[in-house]
Amino acid sequence: MIVSAISVRLKHMIRFDGVSKQYPDGTKAVDELTLEAPTGQITVLVGPSGCGKTTSLRMINRMIEPTGGRILIDDRDTASMNAAELRRGIGYVIQHAGLFPHRTILDNVTTVPKLLGWDKKQARDRARELLDRVGLSSELVDRYPGQLSGGQQQRVGVARALAADPPVMLMDEPFSAVDPIVRHQLQDEFLRLQDELGKTIVFVTHDIDEAIKLGDQVAVLRVGGHLAQLAAPADLLARPVDDFVADFVGRDRGYRALGFARSGEIPVHAEETVRLGSEVSVDGGSADRWVLAVDSDGRPAGWVDRASSDDTGPAEGSRLHRGGTTAKQDGTLREALDAALSSPSSRGVIVDADGRLLGTVTAQEVLDLIEARRSDARSGAGAGSGTG
Amino acid sequence: MLSYISDNASTLLRWTGWHVVLSLAPLFIGLALALPIGWLANRYRLVYAPLVAVTGLLYTIPSLALFVFMPLILGTQILSPVNIIIALSLYTLALLVRTVADGLASVPDDVTQAATAMGYKGLGRLIRVELPIAVPVIAAGVRVATVSNVSLVSVAAIIGVPQLGQLFTSGFQLQYYTPIGLGIIGCVILALVFDAIILGVTKVLTPWRRQEATP
Repeated sequence: MIVSAISVRLKHMIRFDGVSKQYPDGTKAVDELTLEAPTGQITVLVGPSGCGKTTSLRMINRMIEPTGGRILIDDRDTASMNAAELRRGIGYVIQHAGLFPHRTILDNVTTVPKLLGWDKKQARDRARELLDRVGLSSELVDRYPGQLSGGQQQRVGVARALAADPPVMLMDEPFSAVDPIVRHQLQDEFLRLQDELGKTIVFVTHDIDEAIKLGDQVAVLRVGGHLAQLAAPADLLARPVDDFVADFVGRDRGYRALGFARSGEIPVHAEETVRLGSEVSVDGGSADRWVLAVDSDGRPAGWVDRASSDDTGPAEGSRLHRGGTTAKQDGTLREALDAALSSPSSRGVIVDADGRLLGTVTAQEVLDLIEARRSDARSGAGAGSGTG
Repeated sequence: MLSYISDNASTLLRWTGWHVVLSLAPLFIGLALALPIGWLANRYRLVYAPLVAVTGLLYTIPSLALFVFMPLILGTQILSPVNIIIALSLYTLALLVRTVADGLASVPDDVTQAATAMGYKGLGRLIRVELPIAVPVIAAGVRVATVSNVSLVSVAAIIGVPQLGQLFTSGFQLQYYTPIGLGIIGCVILALVFDAIILGVTKVLTPWRRQEATP
């Protein structure tokens, strides 16, 4: 709903117009796909294997030629363009990065600028700037891809795709071959980068969580290349159009949808604290056995159980209970609720943008806030129902 | 042996020179032919098996027979070094078609795809991306072909083409073992020198592998 409102105003950077791909043996990989990837936004294609998401992506830069329909970029039919020139104007990032093993990192990144005939120095300066931007240390630029970790290679892959500053980027499962921690890092940095660059991106993944995290809009495809639903992530969680989408989007939809709700001005309680490394008084005048340890900058380090009989040292090391998560005050309701639920004291730790303690909330308070907003939405609804 | 060397220095030098030419010329010709044929075999997988089988079959023709037949086919003089060069080019080709095809096949799929997606066209992609990555595999085949050429050239002594193999025939005729031993040593040294040169060139062409080995 929100997406279509925006797309009326903006030019459609990439438009699929009844696009099909049928192989000679009769299998249909993509069936009459009609879809718009708006300028400056991330459109995620997601679906189970065999849903034609990668085929659809590769038809954009004509690595695969459609057998029916048209694909337009800025209202130009891609079929009428020279394939190699079209591709030089489109950044492409794939799962294992596909770096050239025989070229240094710097030379990998300068590939497209060189093909476009840029001046050598200009290309190298641009490559250095981009590598810095994707968070790669400058001492790595003269190394070869084989000497880099998977995550580092993927950063180079992104820099290489961005080198000639293409308005359009195609990304085919770029983060799925790295371990979960690195993946989350890469996703966060990718979003930060996109905030600055505003490219028109089509992103393929099989991971619905990744789709929901990264997409401005998400297209769920079903096997055989049919578009099941195209919606903003929050809408997809709130209103899946059918059982297939509901199933694919998965469990915990209500909880995950909280990830899109800003916690805003959630009120916090002052929390009694103890400095990291100092002695914990057995009875601090408070009725509660849990006290929060903070470092010298006021950042929470963990909870201390002052009623514990076998652990009586200062508030440090193994005395700290680190199970609780923290939530940023300008974060989401999901983070706030999780902070409360994961805390041994049942009080969720809320911090400011620099990670300093602001106070705590209980799960009940977060739930009350959710309830209050829902009843607001219900009474002011009517216009919003029945869409999706 | 030393007196034999000093007595025959100029002949030995001439024979060594011929031996070098007769083993290296076929190497370059064979490699030049194997590159396009190997590319075809890799590009069109259907022709891979027949092409590799047919070129491989060439290698089973006995070298002496090929040397003798060459003048009949080419219309050249029986003693012409061209016979040897062409016959050995065929052997090199036989060895290298498969090597080139396998070398190109060793280029990872995602690398060729990325190259295409970045706007490389057919020949540019082959020369700038695929061949450089295939160098280690192709170089391994070239080393085998070179050593094989050095030893096959000496067979040509039987039909009288001058090179180090002459030492075997003359030593055999005279029942005199010094030239035979010298011929063996000469061939081994030549093969080792060629091998070292190829290894050196391969290292220069593949700095990316050297760095990988020493992290």
